Amino acid sequence: MNTNQDQPILRMENVSKVFGGVTALREVNLDVFQGDVLGIIGPNGSGKTTIVNSITGFISLTSGRIYFKGKNITGKKPHKIADMGVTRTFQIMRPYYSLPAYKNLVIPLFSPRAKRTGGWRGGGRLGDRKTIAIDILEEIGFERDSYIPFKTTSTLPTGYLKRLELARCLALQPEVIICDEIFSGLSMSEIASMVPLIERIQDDGITIVMIEHRLRELFQVANRVMVLNFGEKLVEGTPDEVMANEQVKEAYFGSEKIEEVMTYA
Amino acid sequence: MSSQTRRKERIDRGIKVRSEGLYALMSWREMAYLILPRFMLIAGLLCLPFLMPGMYWQRVISIVCIYAIVAISFDFLAHYVGLVCLGGAFFIGTGGYIAGIFNAYFGMPPVLTIPLAAIAGGAFCTLLLLPCLPLRGVYFAIVTLMYPLFMARIIEAFDIFGGTDGILGIDSFPSAFVEQYFVVGILLVFVFGLRRLVTTDMGLIFTAVMDNDQAVRASGINITYYKAMAVFIASAMGCLAGACLTHIYMWSGISQFALDFSILPIAATVIGGAGTLVGPVIGCLILVPVSELLRDFGTLRIVFYATILVAFILFRSDGIMAFAKRKYEQIERWTQI
Ligand SMILES: Nc1ncnc2c1ncn2[C@@H]1O[C@H](COP(=O)(O)OP(=O)(O)O)[C@@H](O)[C@H]1O
Ligand SMILES: [Mg+2]
Repeated sequence: MNTNQDQPILRMENVSKVFGGVTALREVNLDVFQGDVLGIIGPNGSGKTTIVNSITGFISLTSGRIYFKGKNITGKKPHKIADMGVTRTFQIMRPYYSLPAYKNLVIPLFSPRAKRTGGWRGGGRLGDRKTIAIDILEEIGFERDSYIPFKTTSTLPTGYLKRLELARCLALQPEVIICDEIFSGLSMSEIASMVPLIERIQDDGITIVMIEHRLRELFQVANRVMVLNFGEKLVEGTPDEVMANEQVKEAYFGSEKIEEVMTYA
Repeated sequence: MSSQTRRKERIDRGIKVRSEGLYALMSWREMAYLILPRFMLIAGLLCLPFLMPGMYWQRVISIVCIYAIVAISFDFLAHYVGLVCLGGAFFIGTGGYIAGIFNAYFGMPPVLTIPLAAIAGGAFCTLLLLPCLPLRGVYFAIVTLMYPLFMARIIEAFDIFGGTDGILGIDSFPSAFVEQYFVVGILLVFVFGLRRLVTTDMGLIFTAVMDNDQAVRASGINITYYKAMAVFIASAMGCLAGACLTHIYMWSGISQFALDFSILPIAATVIGGAGTLVGPVIGCLILVPVSELLRDFGTLRIVFYATILVAFILFRSDGIMAFAKRKYEQIERWTQI
């Protein structure tokens, strides 16, 4: 899977973040390679969202550096980082509630990056934004010939809003998408229908970082997993290696049998 | 039969539905239905100066338009960009002083000072407000409220631009006719211009910034640029109004930074209908003349203002425009449940 072993597309170097007295991240090192689907797991409050915020520039680091394709992006503004192709979803969904679903995507399609790259799959160079917006919505599972893309976002159920988060990233024709718990709050069947979508995004050559509690689905798509605990990297490796790790079993899964965690976590 | 078995039902008028989209071209009636409200606004404003008894009330119409320009700029920032800006007086004062300075000290005619005040004043206000743009909601509101006070104190303390006496000997408009039709014309351009702007791509970004600025940043769009753009548009409008005010009174002074210019436009927006961009004009058409009639009562006027405002918030909280729009577009009837 790793097409370019020597240079990671994303690199975190000794990243630490302290909020007041709380150390949310302590000396985290992480390499993500082109084409990876990297899973990040860890209990609540272990610093997963803080990692997303640090990479995408939404918070400033206490110390450490972040590189995107070898370029130092530490301290850059969020819109600059998104403009370079590193996009994110929000754990607490952030749609534009007063706009219809498709207009939520007209916004990123209007961004400088989308204008440069043509937006999702380059289609923006030819078609108009409304058509591409509806194309993206169809791709991520909105029924095309229904009224749903035209409904005001505030009336849509959670499942659609989670997909809309992902769609906002796709509209930018990104190189990296960082998903912050896009499966949480969804039903089993909804999650099952999202898995092929993640695989399709990966097939498009987009690198994915997934923060997830649903281990079964995560291990289905991820080729590498990092475990965070109290802001520190516990282990990193393939899903099998992580599951076999004694430290992880103790810290993260507690006394539960791993098979049970895989089913119910 | 008990009252629970009946309920009021609102349905769209047939003609409203028929005049949506391309169907409007069906007949003259549908076209007229669409055009009538706009025509009434334009014709009404253009006729107003004629209908006024005497010079004094004609002047009041000019002042109404000045307040209305500030009010629609407030409505635009607050309800289409999400920035509650109480800096109306800041814009009026800045524009007023720029026009005054360039006319009295450098001899520029009003035809130059007014556009100059709009552009230079807009840029000046935007620049000063730039550090406040990351603030949200009430914090932005409070800081913008401080700016006019700050400007007035500076002029007073350093005794610049005529100090507390203000700048005297400023040219007036060539005639009362030119003055009135200029401000009425500018007001109409701004009302229709803004209503147009909010439907463009830029207007869509403004709405997105209002709804969720973090998501806009995550979309690779510089929100500071768009907020600054919106503030520039609003402050340039306010500064233009201030420049007109200076030339109307042939004077500019620190009372142009008075809080009236920040407060009355907000009251007018509440009364007329927030987020409509026409409502604030109607609100000003009510509030400014009322305030003139009550001039003899001095500071007691504020009690009348407050009473009107509270009454509106209690009984017509969505404002006159929303009420009028509902009556124009829908019929109400009682139905059995
Ligand atoms: N903006 C913030 N201010 C203060 N503390 C924060 C902030 N964001 C996160 N934290 C703290 O940092 C720690 C990690 O939080 P977070 O990254 O959200 O965890 P996770 O996403 O893994 O649940 C928590 O203890 C949390 O309370
Ligand atoms: Mg989190």
